[in-house]
Amino acid sequence: MSVLHESVHAEGTTKFRVFVPPWLKSVLPWLGVSVFLGLFFFYPLTRILWLGLNPAAFKTLDLGSLRLAFHSLLFTFYQAALSAILTLALGLPAAFVFARYTFRGKFLLRALTAIPFMLPTVVVAAGFNALLGPRGWVNLGLMELLHLHAAPISIVGTLGVILLAHVFYNTTIVIRLVGNALSQLDPRLEQAARTLGAQPFRVLSRVTLPLLRPSILAASVLVFIFDFTSFGVILLLGGPGFSTLEVEIYKQATQMFNLPLAGLLSLIQLICTLAFSILYSRIVRRNSVTSASRSAGANLQPANSFRQKLFLEGMILLLMALFILPLVSLPLRSLTRLEADLGQRGQVRYGITGDYYTELFINRSDSIFYVPPFQAIGNSLGYAALTVILSLILGFPVASALVRPRRIERLLDPFLMLPLGASAVTLGLGFIVTFNRPPLALVTSPLLVPLAHTLIALPFVIRSLQPALASIPDRLRQAAASLGASPRRVWFTVDWPMVARATLSAAVFAFTISLGEFGASSLVVRPEYPTLPIAIARFLSQPGGMNYGQAMAMATILMIICGAGILLIDKLRLPGAGEF
Amino acid sequence: MLKLHELYKSYNGQPLLNGISFTVAVGETVCLLGASGSGKSTLLRMIAGLETPEQGQVLWDGEDLASVPVHQRGFGLVFQDYALFPHLNVTENVAFGLKMQNLTVDEIFLRVANILEMVNLSGFGDRRVTELSGGEQQRVALARALAPSPRLMMFDEPLGALDRSLRDQLMDELRHILHKSSVPAIYVTHDQEEAFTLADRVLLLHEGGIVRSGTPEQVWSDPGSVWAAQFLDAGNVVAGIVRLNKNPFQVETSAGLFELNCEVVPVSAHHPESLPGRDVHVHSVGEQINLLVSRRGVQQSAGGKVSGVVVDVVFRQDGFKVTLDNGLDFYLPKAPLLGEKIYLSIPAAGVKILQ
Repeated sequence: MSVLHESVHAEGTTKFRVFVPPWLKSVLPWLGVSVFLGLFFFYPLTRILWLGLNPAAFKTLDLGSLRLAFHSLLFTFYQAALSAILTLALGLPAAFVFARYTFRGKFLLRALTAIPFMLPTVVVAAGFNALLGPRGWVNLGLMELLHLHAAPISIVGTLGVILLAHVFYNTTIVIRLVGNALSQLDPRLEQAARTLGAQPFRVLSRVTLPLLRPSILAASVLVFIFDFTSFGVILLLGGPGFSTLEVEIYKQATQMFNLPLAGLLSLIQLICTLAFSILYSRIVRRNSVTSASRSAGANLQPANSFRQKLFLEGMILLLMALFILPLVSLPLRSLTRLEADLGQRGQVRYGITGDYYTELFINRSDSIFYVPPFQAIGNSLGYAALTVILSLILGFPVASALVRPRRIERLLDPFLMLPLGASAVTLGLGFIVTFNRPPLALVTSPLLVPLAHTLIALPFVIRSLQPALASIPDRLRQAAASLGASPRRVWFTVDWPMVARATLSAAVFAFTISLGEFGASSLVVRPEYPTLPIAIARFLSQPGGMNYGQAMAMATILMIICGAGILLIDKLRLPGAGEF
Repeated sequence: MLKLHELYKSYNGQPLLNGISFTVAVGETVCLLGASGSGKSTLLRMIAGLETPEQGQVLWDGEDLASVPVHQRGFGLVFQDYALFPHLNVTENVAFGLKMQNLTVDEIFLRVANILEMVNLSGFGDRRVTELSGGEQQRVALARALAPSPRLMMFDEPLGALDRSLRDQLMDELRHILHKSSVPAIYVTHDQEEAFTLADRVLLLHEGGIVRSGTPEQVWSDPGSVWAAQFLDAGNVVAGIVRLNKNPFQVETSAGLFELNCEVVPVSAHHPESLPGRDVHVHSVGEQINLLVSRRGVQQSAGGKVSGVVVDVVFRQDGFKVTLDNGLDFYLPKAPLLGEKIYLSIPAAGVKILQ
């Protein structure tokens, strides 16, 4: 038995050794990724650094630009801090609701709060626009009801809607992180405090909150990072009045053509996100050392007293309003003609219509694109497919190599995650300042888009493949080999059936990310090959009911595709994770 | 004085506690002894106010505590696995209840030092509770509960997680501390050794009710029911039929004829189980057989009416544990031979009828 095993094994390795020396064998899986990241991430990054730091560029930066940079940095901090505080204000009680109470529809409500996190920013922007915008349900409803001549609520274009959208996006982080910590908290710690004479408030302040501190801190920093790097929400919902670092980079690069300033802003942005990411991983590391959890689920109970019921029902209503209304407003709005005619404001015409969808197939001469809008759907799907192929080809060998980390893996692993730290707009800026001249004059090529999307999707693809690959016990491979399977047959008969699920999930992940990507796309997409999010953003920024309607229609299509993707990933992930 | 009056509680639709009533007097330590899942922890939690009874009252000096929240009851509770605050050190854990009483820093300092000395933890004040051994954690939990001077102490299987020798040591310390402090205490456990060591009074909890209550000695020698005798592993329970209900009362069993003193058997029309022909269980305490059997060993010479064939002999610290083919077991100073048929005489005073 063991002799057979040895011989089979030996045969497999010697065959391999003929072609590849061992040092090369360990480098091989990293070859593709290294070239790709080097060329499309680190090289553009150095170009940006040079752009922001070279002495010649420094001279062109006048006092006005520096003041602008300072102000956008300040506003970025300000809105991120405010958003994070509001997200905590909603997320903490919501986390209590999910960790402490049983109620009907809890599973659905939890899933609902998690959806926005995966949705493209343009869909979220369109959703809030459909609900609260000047042509949104609330305003048109109020106009009809009160016979007004103009939209009474103008929240779109204010800081308020930015904050609201950020809360919508990130509440799920607080619910996940703090809620998990809370449900794993030993309920007897709080009970012990009560028997020692602590009133409810002091139990909270002396026991519960101190024990939750690491998870609250981690959630706050994470939410802050996401709010700090927010781009689409601010550009699309905030309007021209608000510029975070991200938006300012975009404006300077595409509208002012002030690349040195854009480079400097990118640099500031990079330093900030790097600092926050380090802070975050520190908090997480410290947290994992001291967590002593037990008896999960023991905390759950239905709301008993009147006050508990009031709190619970109030929170459920609030969460449902926040998470359902924007998502439902969007598709409904895309099917409804609901607008005041020009000249006779106040008289609202309404009715169900499919016009916005049929209009997508017409190439009008006065349209803002050179092609019928529906081609954006085709472009997006094509880019997404390319992104899936590229990121799987690059990610698979690396994920396999990471299962048994040697020195090279430990050395290179952190670099894989770096693109996550750089903002999408910075990546896009890097692309257009790097690939605008030979030998890589790609800036006019539509290929740049899937390359940028791959850069963003790759870390996620690797991180979802790796656990699945690691979950296959080596004994199975050895058993197959001892039964006479060659290394290649081992891979096809043992590895592949087990990782197929994870691969599909990673593929859908990459597909969804590419479909919804807005930040990098807004810089690298060619006007003649628009993607869905870019087209939606353009339509949203144009006046006129038809443009608005088409934006709604396309955002609805995007939402449905992404929603299906999210569902599929969830279906693929749940059983797969615990099975092996 | 604590008084429980007809407490009811159900769990998943099944009655868990079915009308529990008892009192705990000043300075008294009451042990609630029952199998796991018998609801004894739930009973403690209801007294503490952590759970609400579905019916019945918890009274302190005649006052119904239903509307008194947990933090105002002044009942100390030592949890199973201790539930020490992991974010606080030993001193801060012990001081927690004192801070809740808004005492001054000096008072708290003094009181914590005293209590830590009492539980042999002087010098441990700055240690993290997560770094302590099980026994040390247990002492901190005890100190934390004692520090605010509760008017009642409750213990929920506090020694369950410790190994035997440490448990014996802590049991003695706990007994000492409880006696010295004269705080009334309720101690919940499934371990009869703990219960018999610590209790002034033992309450046996079974199927939602208290089936027996008394001093450890009373409960041990007369468990009062088949379940209790088997749960406590106290003596033998043998099924039989009443043959004669005059003095001496006689019960025919598979192990032979048992004779009972009539003072301990309720012989009257009010007790239908004592009429001839009834199925009853007789109970005899194993050790008492020992005293009557001749020291030369048990042979036919004893002339008893209970007999059996020896199927097992095990050496124990206090004699040989002999098991007969009819299930009867008892202790003898010398080992009989396996397969030997022996006759026993059992004193009528050592035999009782169980319900």
